[in-house]
Amino acid sequence: MKVDTSKPLEYGTHENSNRIFGFWVFLGAEIALFATLFTVFFVLVNRFADGPSGSELFEIGPVLIETFLLLTSSFTIGLAVHAMRHQYKRAMLVFFGITLLMGLGFLGIEITEFVTYVHEGATLQTSAFLSSLFVLLGTHGAHVTFGFLWGAAIMIQLMRRGINPATANKSFIFSLYWHFLDVVWIFIFSFVYLKGLM
Amino acid sequence: MNFDLEKFKVHGEPLIYGAMISIALVSIGIVVGLTVFRKWGWLWREWLTTVDHKRIGVMYILAALLMLFRGGIDALMMRLQTAAPDMKFLDAQHYNEVFTTHGLIMILFMAMPFIIGLMNVVVPLQIGARDVAFPRLNAVSFWLFFFGAMLLNISFVIGGSPDAGWSAYFPLASLEFSPTVGNNYYSLALQISGIGTLMTGVNFIVTILKMRAPGMKLMRMPMFTWSVLITNVIIVFAFPVLTVALALMMFDRLFGSQFFTMANGGMDMLWANLFWVWGHPEVYIVILPAFGIYSEIIATFSKKNLYGYTSMVASMLIISLLSFLVWAHHFYTMGQGVMVNGFFSITTMAIAVPTGVKIFNWLFTLRKGRISFTTPMLYSLAFIPIFTIGGVTGVMLAMASADYQYHNTMFLVAHFHYVLIPGAVFAVIAGFHYWFPKVFGFRLNERLGKHAFWWIIISFNVAFFPLFILGLKGMTRRMYTYSAETGFGPLNMISFAGALGLAIGFVILVYNIYWSTRYMPRDENGDPWDARTLEWATHSPIPEYNFAVVPKVKSRDPFWAMKHDKQPLFEDPITKIHMPSNTGKPFVLGVVFFFLGFFLVFSMWIPAIVAGIGVLIVLAAMSFERDHGFYIPADKVITTEQKLGGGTV
Repeated sequence: MKVDTSKPLEYGTHENSNRIFGFWVFLGAEIALFATLFTVFFVLVNRFADGPSGSELFEIGPVLIETFLLLTSSFTIGLAVHAMRHQYKRAMLVFFGITLLMGLGFLGIEITEFVTYVHEGATLQTSAFLSSLFVLLGTHGAHVTFGFLWGAAIMIQLMRRGINPATANKSFIFSLYWHFLDVVWIFIFSFVYLKGLM
Repeated sequence: MNFDLEKFKVHGEPLIYGAMISIALVSIGIVVGLTVFRKWGWLWREWLTTVDHKRIGVMYILAALLMLFRGGIDALMMRLQTAAPDMKFLDAQHYNEVFTTHGLIMILFMAMPFIIGLMNVVVPLQIGARDVAFPRLNAVSFWLFFFGAMLLNISFVIGGSPDAGWSAYFPLASLEFSPTVGNNYYSLALQISGIGTLMTGVNFIVTILKMRAPGMKLMRMPMFTWSVLITNVIIVFAFPVLTVALALMMFDRLFGSQFFTMANGGMDMLWANLFWVWGHPEVYIVILPAFGIYSEIIATFSKKNLYGYTSMVASMLIISLLSFLVWAHHFYTMGQGVMVNGFFSITTMAIAVPTGVKIFNWLFTLRKGRISFTTPMLYSLAFIPIFTIGGVTGVMLAMASADYQYHNTMFLVAHFHYVLIPGAVFAVIAGFHYWFPKVFGFRLNERLGKHAFWWIIISFNVAFFPLFILGLKGMTRRMYTYSAETGFGPLNMISFAGALGLAIGFVILVYNIYWSTRYMPRDENGDPWDARTLEWATHSPIPEYNFAVVPKVKSRDPFWAMKHDKQPLFEDPITKIHMPSNTGKPFVLGVVFFFLGFFLVFSMWIPAIVAGIGVLIVLAAMSFERDHGFYIPADKVITTEQKLGGGTV
């Protein structure tokens, strides 16, 4: 493959820059997907039936930790890409690993939260509000889970094959995905939790 | 897990037993045939693992033709059941399943894949590219579509088909009112093929924006490529809404959530809104490429360049925007108030304006043209008046107050068949006849083509015009039988006769493919129609690398300019060509998704989890794969070119 050295490695080949552009288009579809889920949530947000409302259910503590973990992991994946551009393989792997571990931490807290809700009698079946809450948060959580597996696969490839145009391209696209999850979380934090707590 | 064989069985209907036997016989026939003729290796190497956009396009079109007959048999059964008062051919449940799957299959598994098939074959050639941007993703798209379609198709014989209409309105489609697995099939089959469609959308946006030959500016692109670009933008923004809607449906039906329920805060109208926020743009996903096809054909067979190129592009852009602003016209009568109805009424009627611009552009293209009445041209010419009838009745339906009269009657059924059949079906048949010689190297027989044309055009009007009158007389749609006193009988009988005529037309069309394959002379120069755009500048059949030399584009209709203004198109010398290698993983991914869907339909959780892990394993295998394709050496390209006639260099 011809590699254009005037560009960053992840853009180096024609196919690589097409993949990055294609992923931006795909993120457009992801925005449409989450926009739809948020719309469903806003439509159903006050339909509690006999179940609890957001203010009865949410606790700010765990949510703040989740937010801290995810926002910091978005920063560390940025550091990983920075290290990649300087060909620091070890630093890149360390930041990549920290990112994934924080993602795992986020998932752990989210699952604990879900279990707590269910123990308090707030299940997917209780009310339309809770259905939309679980599906919105769950879709984001499923994206984080998938991101964890995907990122782990890329890390293995980085360890085995080093930083080359293919792995750099994959890592960069993964970083775009991870930042996107962060942006979605900011909306969840603001319009689901903070607004729900008010 | 409680395993219950009864869930899989469908009881009672001789027709369904017939379907079971025919599916079994066809499957056995295919397996035996492939074994006897030792074709398994060929099938695997040449087709199931291919990443060639032309072959993927051909597979899409084959699948779409099969589905045309599957949906067509549904249509015949419906017209037969309503042909006379008090018919006893189908019972109410079976009729419900038939009209539901007819709608689903014709829109999602016939019209759209047929268009995506043509798009796969033609678009990379029209922009002078060697391939699509992501050839392997393209194969993934196809196999997800294909196995999604298969999942829906087995529903008739395993467990029962969806029966709540193709729009699956809640609360009817809920577990409470549709307790069979039918609507589980609906949510999962559409979900799987929908993911494939979304990937196609991403793939073709990148292909068209990033893979054009040097000099092919956006405003030099052929109109079909323009229509495909706009269509794929609509796909990328509309399909996620369907993804969410289907997922919520699945949660409601399989996990007892409360999105669309009648109790616990659920809201059934939310489904109607989500469905049509996707569903209305979907109409334009199948119509806009049709406009592109007609633009190519009318320009070619009028021997003129397309009139009003810029306004054609602008009108498609406006239509694509408006398509997202009209969804509530599907439920004017469901109590949404005057302001909402007024807004959607105006936006809906506004779509007639850019569409009218296009109609006049085609007419002006024809004006003073040297018109040749080939089969694809005949379909394009017939499209204009018939589609206009559909459009005018559409404006009638767009008036919210008048819609209270027509709503849910056969008038509506007639309207959308008058839009979708000339708009999408005639277009794909015209495009099929037009591009067939490009792919296979010989034309379809014109005499048989014209026979099929006249059967289809006349029978179409016989079949669907009476439905306008029946609707105005008050016959509601989805009515499975009626009494003689209603007076609906004679017009329904005429409509049934038209349906039979349509079937004859489509059979002639397929017979034409068989006849032409055996007897038609092979085209020598790859340009049988004296056409204008780049796809005709390479050989027929097309070599795997499309163009031996990447063309340099200096105007619109570059191939015409090369032929008539002696503008050179291929200037560079032949060099080695990079190609992607075949892979079986997309096919395997489709199979695993099929099983995932099937197990979820029947709430078999443990197998479903296993299949889900299988999906992740295949994805990981695709990620770890290191395959940079291969090069075709320059001398091999030169020998291939010489064998094909050597026209391009």
